[in-house]
Amino acid sequence: MSAHDTAGTPVPAETAAAVDVASADDGDLRGSRLRALVAVATGRRASSLGILVLFLVIFVTFAVTAPAGTFLARSNIEAMALSASQVLLLGAGMTYVLIVAGIDLSVGAMLVFAAVTAAKIVAGYDDAGLLAVVLVAAAAAVAAGMLWGVVNGLLIVRTGIPAFIGTLGTSTVILGLAQVWTGGINVSGVPIRLQEVFGIGKLGGQVPYPVIVTVVIVAVLWVVLAKTRYGMRLYAIGANPEAARRSGINVGGYIVSVYALMGALAGVAAFVDVSRFTTATVSGYTSTALNAITAAAIGGTSFWGGRGSIGGTVIGSLVPATLTSGFVVVGFQPFWQNVAVGSVLVLAVSLDQARRRRLAGS
Amino acid sequence: MLNPPPVLKVTDVTKNYRHVQALRGVNLEVRPHEVHALLGDNGAGKSTLMKIIAGAITPTSGTIEIVGKPVSFTRPADAQQAGIATVYQDLALAPSLTPGENLFLGREIMRPGVWGGLGFVDRKAMSREASAALATLGARTPSANVEVESLSGGQRQAVAVARASLWGTSLIMLDEPTAALGVAQTEQVLNLLRRLRDERGLAVLLVSHNMPDVFAVADRVTVLRLGEDVLTADVADLTTDDVIGAMTGSGVVAAPALGQGSTR
Ligand SMILES: Nc1ncnc2c1ncn2[C@@H]1O[C@H](COP(=O)(O)OP(=O)(O)OP(=O)(O)O)[C@@H](O)[C@H]1O
Ligand SMILES: [Mg+2]
Repeated sequence: MSAHDTAGTPVPAETAAAVDVASADDGDLRGSRLRALVAVATGRRASSLGILVLFLVIFVTFAVTAPAGTFLARSNIEAMALSASQVLLLGAGMTYVLIVAGIDLSVGAMLVFAAVTAAKIVAGYDDAGLLAVVLVAAAAAVAAGMLWGVVNGLLIVRTGIPAFIGTLGTSTVILGLAQVWTGGINVSGVPIRLQEVFGIGKLGGQVPYPVIVTVVIVAVLWVVLAKTRYGMRLYAIGANPEAARRSGINVGGYIVSVYALMGALAGVAAFVDVSRFTTATVSGYTSTALNAITAAAIGGTSFWGGRGSIGGTVIGSLVPATLTSGFVVVGFQPFWQNVAVGSVLVLAVSLDQARRRRLAGS
Repeated sequence: MLNPPPVLKVTDVTKNYRHVQALRGVNLEVRPHEVHALLGDNGAGKSTLMKIIAGAITPTSGTIEIVGKPVSFTRPADAQQAGIATVYQDLALAPSLTPGENLFLGREIMRPGVWGGLGFVDRKAMSREASAALATLGARTPSANVEVESLSGGQRQAVAVARASLWGTSLIMLDEPTAALGVAQTEQVLNLLRRLRDERGLAVLLVSHNMPDVFAVADRVTVLRLGEDVLTADVADLTTDDVIGAMTGSGVVAAPALGQGSTR
């Protein structure tokens, strides 16, 4: 997979930096060279080169300072991958949402609702016919999430409510309904076999299935965003919805589809968690949406739409996981992780803001 | 021998908003291969007329013909289908997209074969075609991979005009295309308009406030005042005073104390 090349037309920095911008000043030229570099490194339309470097610095620092055989131990790498995988899965969806200048605060609630849906279906089943039931439960979780996503999308497109407020509202409604459905109690009774085989199972005894699910889905999302007409139009819609509309693009339809995707991914994450923990937890998941937003934002996805990349979000989801694990291994209080992640987030967003101001001023 | 029909013929078009009669019966004829300027003071109805021709709003009454055929547009797509392309005052480009992507937005070039069927776009082809379209217009613009956001105002305008020239097959309308530009860039855009006419063989309807621009580039002029066309003539037969007189309604009376607050 040509994951590193998302620019569509990979060109050397020299060519990318314009043949004929003779009239533009040096700053522009340097800017476009840098952009070409970023494009190669992480995917374009995101200012995530700095973050890639920062991530590497963090990773190497921990690798060097941690006691031998701890940070780089296979089990630790695996734990980091597991903890990053849900954030990445949902962060990739959030990248789509942010690119169309939206936001989705209801991810955690959709996840809970979908988890309850899946757990209710699969609870109490024994080995006989388990696979079929599990597949139905997985499909139902994805469908439930997607349905709520469509509700979010229609609400935002039809009423023009800001996405922030709209999804804050639906978040409360969806979570409330999930609690009403379960009486506020976690749904347990999920067959242990599902956990053994899938939830904590590993492909070939090597790679945890939850990680594989994330990698496969995120790879597809990466290619779709970077290479297809659908992806290109999402960038256009986020950058200038009026331009997209005048070009004959069904802007509302695209926006609804993006929220539906976000919901469906919440459904996938729900099924994975139900399988991992054999229970659907109705409390918790309060910071799920914010973690996904953080990953996308650290990766350089802009809150103003039209700009972002899955490559950036991959790094953005690895940074918190690495910091958490690293601080533990090095022997710091794990709470330092919060301080560090928050700082990186603010840094990443101010880089984006500075770029915007520089362009607006020029 | 009959003359070829006008590219655009607007007859007795009116437009009422709730309390305002924005257009009170406008007639306008744009001929093949001409740059036609539409002039008028603030609120004269220029933008309203342009939006009607672009299919963005529907007229209250009146008829529109495109190359001799009556049309009634209800959506912008109708006008686009009839070969009319519009450059709006706010440009309508997506800043984080490249010129190539902007030119083909909504009509993307797909990769050949099965990849295209799967929805994969051919950015290389779009860049190539964009460069060609810009070159035809003699526009100095950076190569394909620079985002529109990093272009100058004149370069952006060139991209917007190139996009229109690619989509429009009969008429290109531009709303105040030089309003935000400096001297050199204005000259560049006026050159683009000449090229649209001379090299692409298109008719151009230029909405403008700017007298020097109009005299520099237009072949004919129509002046709107209070929702009516009050003057249509060859630019060669006009002086600036004639046009100002028509715009302000001072007619043959020697220019009165304009701009001294003497509005009765
Ligand atoms: N949506 C609308 N609702 C009500 N009145 C409108 C609307 N759009 C335009 N008008 C009115 O119609 C008249 C003509 O407006 P229009 O925008 O066409 O003028 P214009 O010639 O483009 O002016 P300018 O040079 O200021 O752009 C004005 O009196 C304006 O207030
Ligand atoms: Mg106007």
